[in-house]
Amino acid sequence: MFVAEKNALSEEIESYINKYGNDRSSLLMILHEIQKKHRHISEFAQQEVARLLNIHPVEVYSVISFFAFLNSNPKGRNLVRICQTVSCDMKGKSGLVKAIERELGIEIGGTTKDNKFTVEYANCLGLCDMGPAMAINDQVFLQLTPEKAVELLGKVK
Amino acid sequence: METLKKKRTGPVIFSEYKRGDAIKKALSMTREDILFELKDSKLKGRGGAGFPTSTKWMLTAAAKSDEKFLVCNADEGEPGTFKDRVLLMEYPELVFDGMVVGGYTIGAKKGIVYLRGEYEYLLKPLEDYLEVMRKDNLLGKNILGKKDFIFDIEVFLGSGAYVCGEETALIESLEGHRGEPRNRPPYPINTGYLGRPTSVNNVETLAAVSHIVVKGGGWFAKFGTDKSTGSKLFSVSGDCERPGVYELPWGIKISELLDIVGANNAKAVQIGGASGHCVPKSQFNRTMAYEDVATGGSVMVFNESRNMLHVLKNFMEFFVDESCGQCTPCRMGNVKLLEGVEMIEKGEYTFAHINKLKDLGRTMQLASKCGLGQSSPNPFISILENFNDEIFNAGDGGRNGK
Repeated sequence: MFVAEKNALSEEIESYINKYGNDRSSLLMILHEIQKKHRHISEFAQQEVARLLNIHPVEVYSVISFFAFLNSNPKGRNLVRICQTVSCDMKGKSGLVKAIERELGIEIGGTTKDNKFTVEYANCLGLCDMGPAMAINDQVFLQLTPEKAVELLGKVK
Repeated sequence: METLKKKRTGPVIFSEYKRGDAIKKALSMTREDILFELKDSKLKGRGGAGFPTSTKWMLTAAAKSDEKFLVCNADEGEPGTFKDRVLLMEYPELVFDGMVVGGYTIGAKKGIVYLRGEYEYLLKPLEDYLEVMRKDNLLGKNILGKKDFIFDIEVFLGSGAYVCGEETALIESLEGHRGEPRNRPPYPINTGYLGRPTSVNNVETLAAVSHIVVKGGGWFAKFGTDKSTGSKLFSVSGDCERPGVYELPWGIKISELLDIVGANNAKAVQIGGASGHCVPKSQFNRTMAYEDVATGGSVMVFNESRNMLHVLKNFMEFFVDESCGQCTPCRMGNVKLLEGVEMIEKGEYTFAHINKLKDLGRTMQLASKCGLGQSSPNPFISILENFNDEIFNAGDGGRNGK
């Protein structure tokens, strides 16, 4: 990481601290913001957050490792999450997964070579009446067919 | 997200309500009066555990502290539940008005909505809605001219952890820690968020409070059964013609509900989500109520073509994924139960081993620290026992159709 990048990231994190406060209770919201913008929370970002909140970096890491939506390793530019829980499973989740795996040439859990997509399973998205459901970043799509799911991925930049 | 807004009807929650009515009415009453109305209504927590709301608020109101909190638990992670999403999307006035009433009753100045990360798309509309409430003086200082009554609400976004629906885990994560449940007692009513008295209530409970304050506890108690008053939102999914959210009075028979949603070919219903119980066809005359089949509202319908072992495997994979790993019975137990299901799937099991696993399940129910591990063996035990014939005695030496 270049010094300029580091400085920019530090400044960014400071702005989150100004927004949410420097209490420990703002930690999750701050991590959210970093995750949203950078799609992962790098080691340097963890150290900066820890420094500004006056806690040990390992405390920050322990929180990141706990939550499914936070990660310390980089992922693809777009995150695709397919609901794997029973109701969506019954409505044809596996067809969706197979089609996407074929189309992108990766297995679920993987990232495409061009770093465009990471495809994962998610536990219940709370859309059980309109399954199978899939989320692309923070948008959700309902009542999908394998064809429609692949078409949606095609529209993503 | 496509909004499929339907005109909903129901006896209590979906009955007529005008924004701000509950707040207006509540501020003209004393705190004690509100608690008495709630007591008359016999409202119980709608998240699944069914703790009487009036007791929870009475204890929080009685706790001595300079600061108190009201938390709305919108971390509905239970598979098959989506009623809170519908409430927050289509009826935010009910939920937020209920929170203001709660804040007034227990003496809290701040309310927090813990919204699950999966519902991030609701964050913006909810924050916009709160802004409108602030403009209309339904939030903030001296609400509706009531001197010295200060209350504001903020939305906090979760990060994809099922266990954070458990109230102490939720509080831990609000405080910026790993969402691991605490030992109870002390309960949040004494030692909650930041060590202050905190009342954690389900979205649907707060929505019910708004109606109770306006229409009275007696009106609410007319619906439902003696011990389970009022109505319940059922989230129906799976093999039926009309999945969705239904408001029905407590005490309805499972078979009646199946008729309403158009499930003609059902062989089993999973009630209460993954951590609930699987009810076979022979027991469809049982009723949904705290005294019989208690539920947080999740109803998943399985028709004749479904392989129940596959369903069970899906549930156990879910629990292995979502166990927070803090206590051993849950961390190891769920893995062992899943291994057992895989053994049955492959046909490489002994009945002695399966029976031991059922014992292990019962141990987990007793020894786990929080509700997750205490309830995760439910589907294992109930599916293996209720679908004994399908899984073990299908006439091929118990190889489950393989």
